[in-house]
Amino acid sequence: MISTTILMALRELRRNKMRSLLTMLGVVIGVAAVVALTTVGDGATAKVRQNISSLGDNLLMISPEVDRRMVNTGGPGKPLDPDDIDALRREISGLLRIAPTASRGMLVVSGGKSWRTTVTGSTADYLAARNFDVATGRGVEATLGGAGANCVLGATPARELFGGGAPIGQSIRVGRMACEVVAVLASKGAGGMGMDNDDLVLMPLRTFQQRISGNDHVTMIFATVREGRSTAAVKNQVEGLLRERRRLQPGQPNDFGVRDMQEIIDAVSTTTGMLTALLAAVAAVSLVVGGIGIMNIMLVSVTERTREIGTRMAIGALGSDVLRQFLIEAVTLSAVGGLIGVSIGLGSAYAFTRAFDFPFLLSGKMVALAFAFSAGVGVLFGFLPARKAARLQPIEALRHE
Amino acid sequence: MNTPDTTAIELRGVTKVYGSGDSVVHALDGVDLRIEAGEFVAIMGASGSGKSTCMNVIGCLDEPTAGQYLFHGVDVTALDADQRARLRRAYLGFVFQSFNLLARTSALENVELPLHYRKVPAAERRERALAALRLVGLEDRAKHTPAELSGGQQQRVAIARALVCEPKLLLADEPTGNLDSSRTEEIMRLLVELNKTRGLTIVMVTHEPEVATYVSRVVTFRDGRIVSDHPQSEAST
Ligand SMILES: Nc1ncnc2c1ncn2[C@@H]1O[C@H](COP(=O)(O)OP(=O)(O)OP(=O)(O)O)[C@@H](O)[C@H]1O
Ligand SMILES: [Mg+2]
Repeated sequence: MISTTILMALRELRRNKMRSLLTMLGVVIGVAAVVALTTVGDGATAKVRQNISSLGDNLLMISPEVDRRMVNTGGPGKPLDPDDIDALRREISGLLRIAPTASRGMLVVSGGKSWRTTVTGSTADYLAARNFDVATGRGVEATLGGAGANCVLGATPARELFGGGAPIGQSIRVGRMACEVVAVLASKGAGGMGMDNDDLVLMPLRTFQQRISGNDHVTMIFATVREGRSTAAVKNQVEGLLRERRRLQPGQPNDFGVRDMQEIIDAVSTTTGMLTALLAAVAAVSLVVGGIGIMNIMLVSVTERTREIGTRMAIGALGSDVLRQFLIEAVTLSAVGGLIGVSIGLGSAYAFTRAFDFPFLLSGKMVALAFAFSAGVGVLFGFLPARKAARLQPIEALRHE
Repeated sequence: MNTPDTTAIELRGVTKVYGSGDSVVHALDGVDLRIEAGEFVAIMGASGSGKSTCMNVIGCLDEPTAGQYLFHGVDVTALDADQRARLRRAYLGFVFQSFNLLARTSALENVELPLHYRKVPAAERRERALAALRLVGLEDRAKHTPAELSGGQQQRVAIARALVCEPKLLLADEPTGNLDSSRTEEIMRLLVELNKTRGLTIVMVTHEPEVATYVSRVVTFRDGRIVSDHPQSEAST
């Protein structure tokens, strides 16, 4: 009999189309906001993950700092040196490519233009380890392996210094040193969280050490794990080796850091996930407000229809029938509102993710949850008016004007 | 004091008091009334004499302040609200002066409604509602809403709704109060026929003496008391 009660409720709502729509509006907006926010939030998280893993899966970053920040500042820890790199090459078979780097934030100048960027000295493995492609120019690996006054521009400095012009063969000044541009890297696109992965100038590590830093310190080693090897296991081996080389006693904490991309991805995902949850919680408050709107209209409806309730009771409705009827009307209102809200929410999330090139991730669980929540709002806020209707005395209800 | 099976209604010293102190109103003041199954009784009396109050007690819509009411031997005054609702649902049909049909709802759906509350399956519901509409001669108006029906037709729909569950007792409070004389005649003929052919017990409140000519017994109230109770001769019908 529930189905005919639902039909009856739907007819009741159709009678007052405008009012029903306005009543639903609160729930519609609440559900739409929750659905849109969580869907866009999930898309944003996925996008950030994609961006970060485009920097290189299976990438280990070894730095002489314990600090969890990803900035290569040299830092106070005991620096890594060429012997450490040789040891890694020799003893850790799970490492495929090892690109030691030394970096410094510097001003680069060409013609009348200058640009502040990160200047990095590294070796031939750098491009492969960090998933960079070359846009124009060639001989990048040979250049980095050597010690000449040559450099490779990331897409951002290339644009800033040369605009549309061709940088290859041009000379730029890096600090007090002049060097020739041999190649430009392909852009990786905007990084997540405001990072620009294209903002760098590469040169051979030896050139950097001789002409810029004046020492043989390495501020960061990028190393990739061989296919088929567990990143975690290799990471452990690297840590073991470095502890041994730095003569750390058991129980003493690491005075260096070995991080893998998964860690960073997880950290970023947790942050964006929390942000999404927070926004969704705020949106859920409007669902409650929508519920109060439903309660208000249902109370009005009970008063308006007091005579009808009396009639229904005279012709055979029990208190429980009346309760069920009004409860189902409230739930139908909020559930229909929920359905409309889910469609609007998904629609706008789709438009948004298309516009900003996020992945559109439809979470069935979340949609079901939003819908169930809206129906729950109907039960919660419909109960009071329904009980009021069910408790009417038939004779008083019939006499009501 | 055994009530024979054929006794439909028995009121014993039924009293209904409204208000308190100075403004106390004895709407019913010790009413004793016995109505046998199959009777067609008209209740008459001046305005405010307690007719509707008495009907509401008989219809289990209202509880008396004092006294006892037996419906087919069941002591209604001992029942709670839910049990009274079930009794109404099982045995009673109501016709109101103001029809009380659900607005913007077709005649057929209005007539189906009591069956809905009795959990009758949809197909059977439709069939029985159509049969009830046929009985009151409105089969061809099944899809019309109350706004699309005349007063007399609306009251016939209301009678169909009261009859669709085959009640033992039909209660009508001024069913012709809002109708002109030819519509009144139409309704009265229908009620008389139902009373004769189905043996339906009918209790009806009316102000109009000519309406009372259709019934088999007239009970007259004044100030909450029964002041006269006459059988009508067949000849006067
Ligand atoms: N809910 C109520 N509260 C207070 N007094 C009431 C109430 N209902 C009825 N009364 C009083 O009880 C008395 C009987 O009322 P009732 O409605 O039974 O009269 P009636 O005979 O049906 O009159 P009418 O012919 O005008 O319909 C009246 O004096 C009325 O004012
Ligand atoms: Mg009255």
